[in-house]
Amino acid sequence: MTAVATRERPGPAGGSLVRHSGFLTARATRALLRQPAFAAITLVQPVIWLLLFGELFAPVVEIPGFSAEHGSYLEFITPGVAVMTALFSSGWAGTGYIEDMERGVMDRLLASPVRRGAMMIGTLAYQGLTTVIQTLVVFGIALLAGARFPGGPTGVAVTVLATILISVIVASLSNALALVLRQQEALIGISQFIILPLQFLSSAIMDTELSPQWVQDVARYNPVDWAVVASREALEAATDWGAVWPRLGMLAVLATVMAALATRAFGSYQRSM
Amino acid sequence: MSASETALSAVDLVKTYRTGRGTPPVRALDGLSVEVAPGTVFALLGPNGAGKSTTVKILTTLSRPDAGSATVAGIDVLAEPDAVRRSIGLVGQKSSGDPMATGRENLVLAARIQGMSRVVAERRAGELLARFRLGDAADRLVKTWSGGMARKLDVALGIVHRPAVLFLDEPTTGLDPEARAEMWQEISSLAADERVTVLLTTHYLDEADRMADRLAIVDAGRVVVEGTPDHLKRQLRGDTVAVQLDLDAVGAGHAILSRVRGLSDLVAEGGTVRARAEAGGGAVPAVLAALEDGGITALAVTLARPSLDDVYLRHVGRSFEVAA
Repeated sequence: MTAVATRERPGPAGGSLVRHSGFLTARATRALLRQPAFAAITLVQPVIWLLLFGELFAPVVEIPGFSAEHGSYLEFITPGVAVMTALFSSGWAGTGYIEDMERGVMDRLLASPVRRGAMMIGTLAYQGLTTVIQTLVVFGIALLAGARFPGGPTGVAVTVLATILISVIVASLSNALALVLRQQEALIGISQFIILPLQFLSSAIMDTELSPQWVQDVARYNPVDWAVVASREALEAATDWGAVWPRLGMLAVLATVMAALATRAFGSYQRSM
Repeated sequence: MSASETALSAVDLVKTYRTGRGTPPVRALDGLSVEVAPGTVFALLGPNGAGKSTTVKILTTLSRPDAGSATVAGIDVLAEPDAVRRSIGLVGQKSSGDPMATGRENLVLAARIQGMSRVVAERRAGELLARFRLGDAADRLVKTWSGGMARKLDVALGIVHRPAVLFLDEPTTGLDPEARAEMWQEISSLAADERVTVLLTTHYLDEADRMADRLAIVDAGRVVVEGTPDHLKRQLRGDTVAVQLDLDAVGAGHAILSRVRGLSDLVAEGGTVRARAEAGGGAVPAVLAALEDGGITALAVTLARPSLDDVYLRHVGRSFEVAA
């Protein structure tokens, strides 16, 4: 038995989790840049939402009881639209896995030394990166349209962080669904079914103080609302950090748990084959 | 062979799949065992659903068996899947290149995942692109490549890290004859040049015949017979006689021929009765005479040296075309 025993084997680690995650993030980013139309839509979509919702619902600030200290409606919905954008883009995250499954890419990676964790982190980091750019575009357009945020760069940084965390949470969910359902239509159907209520049962585009009590109750447990409230608060002149940190903390914990659970979903995929 | 002398060994693999409520589970593998010597090309031959791909999935750590054990490159597949993954390459049934990356980028990524530095990975990618004559297309997106080129890239991706064992799951299915012939050539030279052990699954008899040093015929999740293609064919004494009859005369024809001395292993399928003829060509006059005595006219009688199709027929009990 010569050929097998004398053959040099690659090192045991074969590359760390971080290295592998980096390779896969780069792969996804490169693919995005090669689809200029898709990349453009990814950027233009939040702009349309911001301006459309901004115009459509502008008069709601006139409703008695609407938190008037937020200034214009545009300023009110800017963090809302940033979070919404993260929510909707990340809902599609799992479609990348399904494309990989439909080709043999997923099986090839699973039979290689890549850790499942790196396959998950690679897509989540890519989603996070997209979210950072989208959030900054939302702020850029809002500023051009005349919105002003007393919270300044710190407020923007908190919003970026909150949108990344929401993005990781939702992308993990989408990836997990992809691994369990293994079918594009089912993934999109279910993720829309989850995402739309998450958005509307939050203060993203409407002050929940004006909503029925049950909506306010639900919003309290809605991570989308945590992200919106933390961001909006950080963009205020006198930020109540006691309202920001706990929400960011809960988002971070939830993001970690969701990513870990989603990684376990590879087991479900492999049991199905 | 002892465990250390095999590149790959599977013992009594069992795998069942649940197919849904109310339907009985499908037994994809039913005690499949196989042993492959290092540096050889071994083929699992069988129709779709025989259990070939399930075997590959278990040996490449993608799937776990319900029972049984397996080692690849001397490593236990169930106990040390990570170590196995560093020692194998997988070319699955589906094309596995990333369509939105170029061929070169695909290879560099695969090499870096296997732990090579950027410089080494780029050198290896260039080497493989040249070897598979993909140089001209190397920097075009894989989604623009032809099926044959994409398949060659799959093989290149499978050997980028010089694995001890390469799994090729139906490597030529869906390729046109020209691309298929080219792929055969590549695989043959691979085993020699890269010192890699190849486990190949196929439902093409000619592919197994041509490529494999040894082959196993797989049916209903078990290995029915195993050996070198030549040995398997030589085991069948004599030649194959195929007698074509009118459809309504097949039953009577079969009965008559079963009484002809020197004929054995009779099988009727459609309008054809096949049999082994120990005497070879000498059997033809006897066949014609017996049929004439029985008042049946043969439409055609052909005689052929044993082929793998006959080996399959002999061991599985039905001809390969019918099974596939």
